[in-house]
Amino acid sequence: MSMPPAAPLPSHRGTLLIRGGRLIDPAQGVDRVDDLLIRDGRVVAGGAHGEAADETIDATGMIVSPGLIDMHVHLREPGREEDETIETGTRAALAGGFTSVACIPNTEPPIDTQAAVEFIHQKAARADTCNVFVVGCVSRNREGKELAEIGRLVEAGAVAFSDDGAPVFDAELMRRALEYCRMFDKPILAHEEVLELSRGGVMNEGLVSLVLGLGGMPAAAEEVMIGRDVALAEATGGRLHVMHVSTAGGVDLIRAAKARGIRVTAEACPHHFTLTDEGLRGFDANFKMSPPLRTAADVEGIIAGIVDGTIDCIATDHAPHAPEKKMLELDRAPFGILGLETAIGLTVTRLVATGRIGWPRMIESMSTLPARILGIDRGTLRPGAVADVTVIDPNLSWRVDAAAFRSKSVNSPFDGWTLQGRAVATIVAGRLKYRLDGG
Amino acid sequence: MPRVPTETEHVPASWPHRHLLDLERLTAEEIRLLLDTAAIFKEATDGCRRKLAVLTGCTVVNLFFENSTRTRTSFSLAARRLGADVVDFSASTSSLSKGESFIDTARNLEAMGIDAVVVRHGTPGTPHLLAQQLRCGVINAGDGPHEHPTQGLLDIFSIRERLGDLTGVTVGLVGDIAHSRTARSNLWGLLKLGAKVILCGPPTLVSDRWRALGVEVSHDLDAIVPRCDVLNLLRIQFERQSMRPFPSVREYAHLYAMTSDRLKKARGDLLILAPGPINRGVEMTADVADCRQSLILDQVTNGLAVRMAVLWLTCGPRDPSAHPPTRPGVAARIH
Repeated sequence: MSMPPAAPLPSHRGTLLIRGGRLIDPAQGVDRVDDLLIRDGRVVAGGAHGEAADETIDATGMIVSPGLIDMHVHLREPGREEDETIETGTRAALAGGFTSVACIPNTEPPIDTQAAVEFIHQKAARADTCNVFVVGCVSRNREGKELAEIGRLVEAGAVAFSDDGAPVFDAELMRRALEYCRMFDKPILAHEEVLELSRGGVMNEGLVSLVLGLGGMPAAAEEVMIGRDVALAEATGGRLHVMHVSTAGGVDLIRAAKARGIRVTAEACPHHFTLTDEGLRGFDANFKMSPPLRTAADVEGIIAGIVDGTIDCIATDHAPHAPEKKMLELDRAPFGILGLETAIGLTVTRLVATGRIGWPRMIESMSTLPARILGIDRGTLRPGAVADVTVIDPNLSWRVDAAAFRSKSVNSPFDGWTLQGRAVATIVAGRLKYRLDGG
Repeated sequence: MPRVPTETEHVPASWPHRHLLDLERLTAEEIRLLLDTAAIFKEATDGCRRKLAVLTGCTVVNLFFENSTRTRTSFSLAARRLGADVVDFSASTSSLSKGESFIDTARNLEAMGIDAVVVRHGTPGTPHLLAQQLRCGVINAGDGPHEHPTQGLLDIFSIRERLGDLTGVTVGLVGDIAHSRTARSNLWGLLKLGAKVILCGPPTLVSDRWRALGVEVSHDLDAIVPRCDVLNLLRIQFERQSMRPFPSVREYAHLYAMTSDRLKKARGDLLILAPGPINRGVEMTADVADCRQSLILDQVTNGLAVRMAVLWLTCGPRDPSAHPPTRPGVAARIH
């Protein structure tokens, strides 16, 4: 079955030369200092050969990567434009070094029709920022009762299916979704949570929640559901992608499933490999997200999963909420944390600068593999590929200032942190869409 | 030992706080200062019956987002005994029902020129968030299941009145530890003062994780009763439980109610506390509630003494040289 490319952005006519950077493209096994020439929005074979270009970027000392892809972003539009819009969210993506995002369909109304997919594509084209790939709902109206018209959504350009924000609670519906999506070769992106176990919870269930008297969300709530969905993926042969894995036990379940040859992939979020539930001691709702921040042992489990490839991708679960919603009592404030503009900094600071992973693995987890899982023609700098490129300064030390975010919201617990590594140029289809120094 | 306060007496420099949010973050010395100050107030007011006008001109607001009768009355009386004006503000009659946020409500009250808010709220941490936003004093009168510091202080005060130094004293906290702010405040205060703490109840209400804090966890009341100097019998908080953590009240009472039979196996000088309101027949039988070792009514009187001490320490006059002015609202910002 063929499908049209999602939200094609106009290609740039002319040439752009990115000179002298460390070119890393895991899809080709490339890691060398080289020039990258882009002509008419595509990567040109064989480098620059001293050719003069219309525009040149000096990338000496920089990392030149296939454009980063965040496969888990809440753009909030339609319905919650006070939190984020497609325009502000994709501007935040560009500033964070992402050339593509996959937007999650828990909007109001949810993205469960061709018209809704078309709306996102049009808004994204009008914003003219980064690529927006649409994730469609698993169930009609995201109610978890019957399948959405998945085939029609695929025709409209949906790249994956998810009821994220909530789990697909009905096991039979999940089985049907995994079975049905096989014929389109699309993954189900699963939010894994047994709601009876986490109901009323605002944070990880553990010593900290006990001391603070706050309702707990046990690790078992996530792990029981991962276990169920792994069994369903095995039974159906469908493709399961586990979103935002937050527990060491969850990583173990996925590792075992992969060892048995089950078609399962997984992502982890920077906040889950950076913060623990100790962060809630100040009762700041910016530390409240779902799944919640866990323990130091879970953080170590997530990092080990990224190191050994059990966790395929790093995705942000960018979840904006307007300030007045987060300035409420902890149990009334919504779950969610911004991610797009701090993802590179947190990943470099926590994983690369510490030597846990190398640059090729970081780029694989943030570009190569998200492209492969979503089945999109991105994530490589192969000659002829669409020239989505991210240039990263690996050593730049910078201070996070939430007030300066492109995002419409400021709900980041990392405000004021000093991080290492930042995107300095973001290029989409050959066009320089963001530059740190005045872009 | 602090002196009897007068209208010109300064709050001791060893008490640097403008708020009382929890006991977890206080030092043993600060807790002792609070208790010693309460003892002085109790004596100087002839057992909390007379006025001691050391907060004349101060205004205290009871900001109660959750229902309460006894704590609110106790705070009101304590403030009035010290000569302060008291205003009651309850959520049901306020603009909260019109959708105003709790922070805006508190800021509005503060703009009317008040010295302290006494806050009760169903969500842990709400007093802490207010303390970051307001310049006036914030006193936590119970934040969900988190802490109820004046209740913890008055329980410890009552024990100390009978036993003196708490070092080595064994205190059993029995019942709904999971949902009890009284349990948490008692736990921190008792541990800091050197007591041994045993938490007792079914595993659904008493997590083994508590052991990490150096307390003993038991699920067998009969086994711990003979070893305790003090038992604090906590109410089952049916209103906070989403699924009942035991099969029936009858079964709970059979396993964990303090009865005269169990009392016979205890030391003769065992002290019995209950923070109230008590459910006779659930946490304890009526004869235990009224027995000679019961401190239940002492606790109520001592609550006044403790709250007078807390109000004076947070609102009383400060020696400017000992308390350099601090900038309000810099501790943290919330988005």
